[in-house]
Amino acid sequence: MFKSVKKLLLPLALVLVAALVLTGCGSTDKTTTPATGTPALTGSFKIIGSNTITPLSAVWAENFMKVNSKVSIAVSGPGSGVGIAALIDGTTDICQASRAIKASEITQAQEKGVDPYEIQVATDALSVIVNPANPVSELTFAQLSAIYTNQITNWQEVGGNDAPILVLSRDNNSGTFAYFLEDVVQMAGMTTADKTLQYGGKVLLLPSTEEGISQVAGNANAIFYSGLGYLNDTVKAVAIKKTASDAAVLPSVATSLNGTYPISRPLFYYTNGAPTGAIKVYIDYCLSDEGQQEVLVAGFVPLPK
Amino acid sequence: MKQETGSSSPTAAADPTRGLQRRLRLGERVIEGWILLAGLLAIVVLLGIIFILLREGLPIFAHTPPWEFLFGTKWYPLADPPVFGISAFFVSTLMITVISTVVAVPIGVACAAYLSEVAPHKVAETIKPIIEILAGIPSVMMGFIGLALLSPLVQSLFNLNTGLCGLTAAIMLSLMSLPIIVSVSEDALHAVPKEFKEASYALGATKWETIWHVCIPSALSGIAAAIMLGVGRAIGETMTVLMVAGGALAVPVSPTDPMTTMTSAIASGIGNAVRGGVQYQALFAVGLILFILTLAVNIIAERVLERQKRKFSR
Repeated sequence: MFKSVKKLLLPLALVLVAALVLTGCGSTDKTTTPATGTPALTGSFKIIGSNTITPLSAVWAENFMKVNSKVSIAVSGPGSGVGIAALIDGTTDICQASRAIKASEITQAQEKGVDPYEIQVATDALSVIVNPANPVSELTFAQLSAIYTNQITNWQEVGGNDAPILVLSRDNNSGTFAYFLEDVVQMAGMTTADKTLQYGGKVLLLPSTEEGISQVAGNANAIFYSGLGYLNDTVKAVAIKKTASDAAVLPSVATSLNGTYPISRPLFYYTNGAPTGAIKVYIDYCLSDEGQQEVLVAGFVPLPK
Repeated sequence: MKQETGSSSPTAAADPTRGLQRRLRLGERVIEGWILLAGLLAIVVLLGIIFILLREGLPIFAHTPPWEFLFGTKWYPLADPPVFGISAFFVSTLMITVISTVVAVPIGVACAAYLSEVAPHKVAETIKPIIEILAGIPSVMMGFIGLALLSPLVQSLFNLNTGLCGLTAAIMLSLMSLPIIVSVSEDALHAVPKEFKEASYALGATKWETIWHVCIPSALSGIAAAIMLGVGRAIGETMTVLMVAGGALAVPVSPTDPMTTMTSAIASGIGNAVRGGVQYQALFAVGLILFILTLAVNIIAERVLERQKRKFSR
């Protein structure tokens, strides 16, 4: 038994070494065609935060590393709250956040000698999604708020089938959770605003956006919210109106750009002080025409020119 | 050989022997010291963990009084002011642990009895390692299986709105604790002296009667230890529960409600919590209570085993 394992080890090691050598060659080849790259740019940095922005940051980082082979960027998306906590604790270089940093968090950061520097990198139309089989196609803020506080529990009450509503949300690490809570559930900025409202006890708090999407795709009674970039044809976006007398608007790049879609929000990068070195070059790339083109591809809304 | 028989010439043989003994004694002392050091290290680490739990967790009670923390039903760390009440997590943890134990123990002990007493030697020797491999499946994989296979099944079986609920989590946890329960119980049953069984058969008892009245009672201390290990795994398991239990914040009424356990509350909240902040302290306090809970389970287990031993020595 052990002998056969030993026999296997050598070829396995050889294959691994060969693979390493080959991939190493591949990446050095690509540096010969720098588009925006600075030849001697080196460094490594981390981007931690929003689950919503992660697919976009991953594309940006990948493109950037192709051109600048000596820079390594690690992207992870456990949630905006995690990113901001990491920025405050000094354990990340860039925090990606789908909500603005709070005043209390800025105070906490300054106490620890961190000076949060805000850069808007894109815009997102926050989409409310249901199963394609669900006949409900538009909702008002008041209805959404009642659904997410468990006051409305049956689809019938908002013009759907007689079926219980399965309310899905991200967990409280999520910037989308916080943004949706403030802007939609508590209806900030409206005359009916109520800061005491919270998500109801029967709302399912899920660890990732992907899990919510797959639950909605498989459950005719489910409702969830997610970044525009996560939409696909297994789910249906609901048209939103701020009050019952407004026109219902579907989330899209166009409706977000012209300001008619009511739940558009900025997506941010935060650094400790103004970015310098490789991080500055990277963020300049993200904000460039080339970088903003990727925003569209990833399904988000580019910054206005 | 010479030393044993002829003690007349001690000077000739004593020197090398003494050298060897001295070397052995030295080696012995080094090893003893090493073991002492390792033991002390374990104790220091344990005390360190308790100290940190207390230091980081206790300050929350200046913000939320202990009774409100323990019996409050609302957990809103992002509200202004934040509200911390863990009774929903506590009830969820107990519910999931109890159900998974109730499911896993009869199956596990029966399986162990089969492997140890009924199955042909070759079958048992093949099946046991396979069951032990089950223990090595990463919990995230079990969560994935629960998400993809079990939760739709539970949903349609009980006609629920979602299959992400405490029951799904409990079934997955019982599957995860089965290997431990089977393996440890089988060892305990295997260690029952052959004379006990032979005496039982000699009295005309059937195989079933022997297993039920002789083997299981005399292996009970080992089986109890196995059950406690299983319970420990169910209380402490995080990933699977986080993925399939649903994560609702309300106090669960039925096992088919979506729920959040103490471990998944910590896992889903700790990243968001700034070190030293109120939410951070609250989560450490949850950890402290989890620690007290597992300690209580261990102490109870110890007591049960002690009583069992006394009963048998009579």
